[in-house]
Amino acid sequence: MDNKNITFKSKDLLGIKDLSQEEISLILDTASGFKDVLERDIKKVPPLRGKTVANLFFEPSTRTRTSFELAAKRLSADVVNFSVPTSSVVKGETLKDTALTIQALGADFVVIRHSSSGVPHMLSKILDISIINAGDGANEHPTQALLDLFTIRSHKKKIEGLSVAIIGDIAHSRVALSNIYALTRLGAEVRVVCPPTLMPAGIGELGVKTFGSIEEGIKDTDVIMTLRLQLERQSKGFLPSLEEYFTLYGLTAGRLKLAKKDAMVMHPGPMNRGVEISSEVADGPQSVILEQVTNGLAVRMAVLYLLGGVKK
Amino acid sequence: MRTLIINGRVIDPSQEIDGQRDILIEGAHIQGIYPGGKGPKADNTIDASGCIVIPGLVDLHTHLREPGFEHKETIATGTMAALKGGFTSVCCMPNTDPVNDTEAVTEYIIEKAFKEGACAVYPVGSITKGQKGESLTEFGALRKSGCIAFSDDGKPVTDSLIMRRALEYSKIFDVPVISHCEDPQLSRGGAMNEGVMSTTLGLRGIPNAAEEIMVARDIFLCELTWSRLHIAHVSTAGSVRLIREAKANGINVTAETCPHYFSLNDHALESYNTNLKVNPPIRTEKDVEAIKQGLKDGTIDVIATDHAPHHADEKNREFDAAPPGISGLETAFALGLQLVDQGVIDLKQLIAKMSLTPSKIIKIKKGTLNAGADADIAIIDPEKKFTVDPARFSSKGKNTPFKGWQLKGTVEKTVFMGKISEWA
Repeated sequence: MDNKNITFKSKDLLGIKDLSQEEISLILDTASGFKDVLERDIKKVPPLRGKTVANLFFEPSTRTRTSFELAAKRLSADVVNFSVPTSSVVKGETLKDTALTIQALGADFVVIRHSSSGVPHMLSKILDISIINAGDGANEHPTQALLDLFTIRSHKKKIEGLSVAIIGDIAHSRVALSNIYALTRLGAEVRVVCPPTLMPAGIGELGVKTFGSIEEGIKDTDVIMTLRLQLERQSKGFLPSLEEYFTLYGLTAGRLKLAKKDAMVMHPGPMNRGVEISSEVADGPQSVILEQVTNGLAVRMAVLYLLGGVKK
Repeated sequence: MRTLIINGRVIDPSQEIDGQRDILIEGAHIQGIYPGGKGPKADNTIDASGCIVIPGLVDLHTHLREPGFEHKETIATGTMAALKGGFTSVCCMPNTDPVNDTEAVTEYIIEKAFKEGACAVYPVGSITKGQKGESLTEFGALRKSGCIAFSDDGKPVTDSLIMRRALEYSKIFDVPVISHCEDPQLSRGGAMNEGVMSTTLGLRGIPNAAEEIMVARDIFLCELTWSRLHIAHVSTAGSVRLIREAKANGINVTAETCPHYFSLNDHALESYNTNLKVNPPIRTEKDVEAIKQGLKDGTIDVIATDHAPHHADEKNREFDAAPPGISGLETAFALGLQLVDQGVIDLKQLIAKMSLTPSKIIKIKKGTLNAGADADIAIIDPEKKFTVDPARFSSKGKNTPFKGWQLKGTVEKTVFMGKISEWA
C-alpha cells in the first residue's frame, strides 16, 4: 500500500453522517489499492496480522458477514463470529455485557449488526476497541454506501454532478440513508422514489428530491439503485400487494430506457426478482450488482485497514 | 413550637401576595402572614434572605413505582426526591404492580406514605381494572379510600365508550379523569418524535397526530358528558390548539405539560441517549414554542413532572428497548424558572401552575400560604446556580437528560406540615 500518511480521525465507523468528504475519498482510494490485491493470485496481505475481528450479528446476514470475514482474513486478521438471535439477548445477557465480553476476549474490532438504531453508537461509548457498523436498524449501513460509491466511481470516474435515483422502501432502509449522506456529500443529485407510505418524514430536508412516480424519478439519471422490499411490508399495511408494487415501482426494461443510455443499475441484495426489479434488468448489461459484491470486499478491507491504523 | 420565616420574598398566588413578608408557623399550620419585619416573636426563626418563600409545590403526575417496582423507586425515595425538589404533595399514578385499581392498593399506598413518606401522597386510581381498558374500577370505593382522580396513565383508554362511561361516572364524585392521550396504533413501535430527526436517526417515529387524535376525542367526550377532563403531559402544538379552542367554547378541560416538553427539542436525541426517551416523545422546536405559548396564555394550566424513574440497567440498553421516562422531581422547578428568565411567564404564574392550580384541580387544600393552611412551604434561592448531578438525586431514578446542565434556582428548605428540611 502506498498510503503512507493515513489520517482517520475516529476509532469507529458508525455512519457516513459523521464522515468528511476527505475521509470518504481516503477510504475509496485505499479500497482501490486493495482491489488490485484481490485480483492477484495470492490475495492475502499482512497489515492486520495478530489482530482479531469479532463479527457480532444480531440479525441474519450472509453476504455482509461473509464479506467482512473475508476482508479481515485477506488482511491476515483472525476472525470470530458471534451470531446471536435478538430474542435470546432480550431474555438473557444484555448487549452491554456481550460487548464487554468480546472486548475482554481480546478483540480489536467489533463489526456489529443490530435491528435497533444507535446500537453501534452505544457500543462505541462502552468499548475502547474499533466499532464498525454493519447495519443498525433503519439508521445506517455505511460500508454498503461506500462500496456503492466505489462502484459508481469506477464506472463514472466521478460522483459530483451525477444524478442518482434510489427506488424502494426508503422509510426502512439504512442503505438508502447512508447512500443519501454519501452521495449528497460528494455532490451528486439524489432522487428518492417510493410510494408515500414508504417515504420517511422530513426526507426532503436531507437535500434530496422526492418522487412518487418512478417514471419521473428515473428520467435521465446516471445511476439507479433499487432497494430490497421487505416482504412483510405488505402485511403491515404499507402496500396492498407485491404485485401492485411491481406494477407501480418495479424496475423493468421499459422503464430503464427513461434513464440515460449508460445508466448503471445497482442493488444491495438480496434481490426479490419480480418485486422491485425484473430479472431482465437484474441480469442485463447495465447491471453492476455482482460487481458491487466484489467491491464490497475491497471497501471493507480499506475500512478495517484505516481504523486499524488509529493508535488506541 | 412557633417558627418565623423572615427576610424572604413571599409569593402566594392564592392571596395575590408578592413582597417582603414574615410567615409564622405554629405546629403543622401557618398561623399568619405579616409585613416584612413585623412578625411576632417565635421560638426560632428561619432567615430566607435572597430567597422566595412559596407554597410547597404540588405535582399532579408522579410515578412512585411502589408497589411492584421498588427497584425503580419507592414511596420513601420518591417522596424524598419530591421534598428536595420543593414539592410537598404528589399524586402517584396507578401503573404499579398490582395496578391501583382496588381499595387494598390505595390503602397500602396511603399507609406506606404515612409511615415512610416525606411528603403528602395522593393516589390516582386507575380508570379500568388492571388498566386493561375494559371495565371501570369502583370509583366510589377508591375515592373513599383516598384516590383524588382517575387515570390509566401510561396507557390510553382506547375504547371511546369506556372513556365516555368513565367521564360520566366520575361526576358522582366530582373528580377529574386524567387522560393519557395516545392512539396506540398510530404510535406503535415508535421510539421518538416523527420527523426529520427520526428519519436521520433511523428510529421509528411517533407522529403528533397520535396524541392529538385522542385529545380531540376526549374533548368531545368531555363536552358530551359535561364532566371534568384533565389532559396529561401535553407535548404538541396541535394539542395546545385543540385545548385552547375547547376552553374558548366553555368545555371543562384542564391540561398539564412537563418541563422536558418546554426545555428540549428532538435534536437532542442525536446522541441516542436513552434518558431522552419519554412518552409522549420530545417534540420539535415548533411544538416547544406552542407549549410555551400555551403556558403563557393559560391554555396549559399546570406544570407537572411526569416523574418516571427507571433503574440504570433498564435505561442502559438499545434505544428501542429502553423504557420511556424521565426522573423529574429534582429539576422541575429550576427548569420552570427558565421560562421566567425567558419572559414566557412570570414567577407568580410559574408558582401557581406548580402549586395552587393543581391543588384546585384535585380539590385539596394545598398550594396556599393562607392563615390556617397546612405549613407546606418551599424556600428557594432563585438566583443560585447549580449543575444537575443525578448522582446526588434522592430519587432512585438517575435517568435525567439534564445531567450537566447549569440551572438557576436551588431549593434551600422545604417545610412539610411544619417540619423543616434543609438541603445543603
